[in-house]
Parts: sequence; structure tokens; C-alpha cells
Amino acid sequence: MATSCISGSLLKYMLYYEDFHEGLVIPFGTYYLSREEVMEFARAFEPQPMHLDETAAKSSVLGGLAASGWHSSAILIRLSVEAYANKSAAMASNSMEDVKWLKPVYAGETLTGRATVLSRRVSSKRPEMGILKIRFELLDQAGGVKVDMTGVQFMGVRNP
Amino acid sequence: MIGLYLEEIEVGRVVQLGSVHFTREAVISFAKKYDPQPFHLDDAAAARGPFGKLTASGWHTAAKWMQCYVATNQAAENETRSLGREPALLGPSPGFTNLRWIKPVCPGDTITYRSTVTGKRDLNSRPEWGLVFALNEGFNQWGELVFSFESKVLTARRPVHRPQLSS
Repeated sequence: MATSCISGSLLKYMLYYEDFHEGLVIPFGTYYLSREEVMEFARAFEPQPMHLDETAAKSSVLGGLAASGWHSSAILIRLSVEAYANKSAAMASNSMEDVKWLKPVYAGETLTGRATVLSRRVSSKRPEMGILKIRFELLDQAGGVKVDMTGVQFMGVRNP
Repeated sequence: MIGLYLEEIEVGRVVQLGSVHFTREAVISFAKKYDPQPFHLDDAAAARGPFGKLTASGWHTAAKWMQCYVATNQAAENETRSLGREPALLGPSPGFTNLRWIKPVCPGDTITYRSTVTGKRDLNSRPEWGLVFALNEGFNQWGELVFSFESKVLTARRPVHRPQLSS
């Protein structure tokens, strides 16, 4: 499948459904995950020792202080919003079909990611709304995939 | 799941996980950090947005499910220990499927979460563990289903079945 990257200049303009062709790859910026943030999210949402305490985390299956899976997904969404959603006629999502937490995301890591448009169609009931199926991937600096999730992105149609 | 070993978990069992009240401050605070789209942050922008009003990020709804799940588990673990038993500890999850945000969650909503065991199976590759499958849901104050997803979690088998460890 031919892929193309969205160029920096195009991102200056508002994106619509028509711009998100199948195979498009949108690169994300970077996100530094601090120890403090790992523990703050864990305290609020998932207060388990492997996300809160370095000693406990080292002896857990994760092998070190790591973000919870939900936190990793939230970081991935943040990166996607900055990369394309807030530069487009994005209309939220109603579903994620598959979310895989493949590798732990450790405190101190710098993360990046990408979105790939897998398929698209215009809503039959609402011609002003497109339905994109997008694969979101959270990557480490070496390109290793930490989180792999696929879901729906509703997107406004420029010319319905 | 809630401190139980694989053998003790009944398919069909429903575990109530508690309720969360979504305040405006919490909705905006989460969205600012993890889902800074205008319809999660600002009333005027939200009025023009897909929901017509300010809504919580779906990932916030999901994170609150997790908070309730962990709290329920920890309470169960503490109770099990007070009865002189070692609880089965919560294992990491490889992810989940079929996450749906069915209705928006708005500031002022109270969401009640639950988890229903839908199946379990042994893992041939890992004799100390099995997999427990669950349907996880959130309902608003009107009893409407607003959120659901399907999970599978590694769950420990009862220690007596584990092979003896050599020290």
C-alpha cells in the first residue's frame, strides 16, 4: 500500500476528510514522560505499587517505574490531538476496536508516534461527516512500538 | 479480579465498582493534559462542536473506570488479608478490545461502573496463570449505558496448584 507523509506546510491549513486519504501517515511530535507524571497519573487513576514506587516497580513484571497502560494511551491521544486533530475538522470518536499495550512506557523515556489512515468512508446518514479508521502507534526513540491502537475518527467533510 | 484466584472466579459474576462524579474542573483538567480538543475545554467551542456542549474526554471516562476497578480490587485484597488469606494480585493487562463511547459524559454526570466476567481459560504456556475475560461498563445517573469495553486479564491460579519452587 502506498503511503505518504503529511507535509509540514499542509498542516498550516485546516484539514478535512478529503485530506485524509487511505495510507496517509501522520508523524507525531515528542513527549517526555517524567517520573513525577507517572506517579501523578497513577495516584489519580491506578494507584498500584508498580506505577508508584520504584523499588516495587523494579521487582514487578514491568522491571521499572512505568506508566499504566491507560496513561500510555492518554499520552498517545495527546500526541495525536497536537499532530492532526486540533488542525482539522475532527469530530471526536465513538470507539476504539483494539488497544494493545505491547511494551512498558518507562519514566524518563521520550516518546513519539504516528497515525495511519487505514480506511475511510463518508457517513451514509450524515454527508457532512466522514468516518476514518486510524491506527495510532506510540513509539520509543528507536521506533519500537509501545502502544498500538485502532479506532474511529469522525472528520468533517470540506465539500459534502 | 477482586482478589480471587482463577478457580474461584465465576463466569457471569457482576462486580460493582462504584460511582464517580465528573466535575467541570476535573473534566477540563484531564482534557488539558491528555485530550486538548476544544469541545473538552471550552463551552463556546463545545457549543459549536460535535456534542453541542462540553463533554469529558472518552479517555477520562476510561481512566475513571480503572480507578474504580483498582480501588475495588484493593478493598477486596485488604479484606482477604484480614481473613488470613493471601489474595490473588492484579496482573498487568495486555490491552482491550471493543471500547465504545455510546453517549457523552458531561460535567455534573455521575457514572457508575461495573465489570461482568464473561469467560476464563487456562494458559498452556503459563501454568501459574489463566485469562479472565470481562465486559466492563459505565452507566450514567439515568441508567443509560455510556461506556463499555472488553478486557482480558492475567489471573493467578490458586497457589496449591503451582509447581514447587526450588530456592
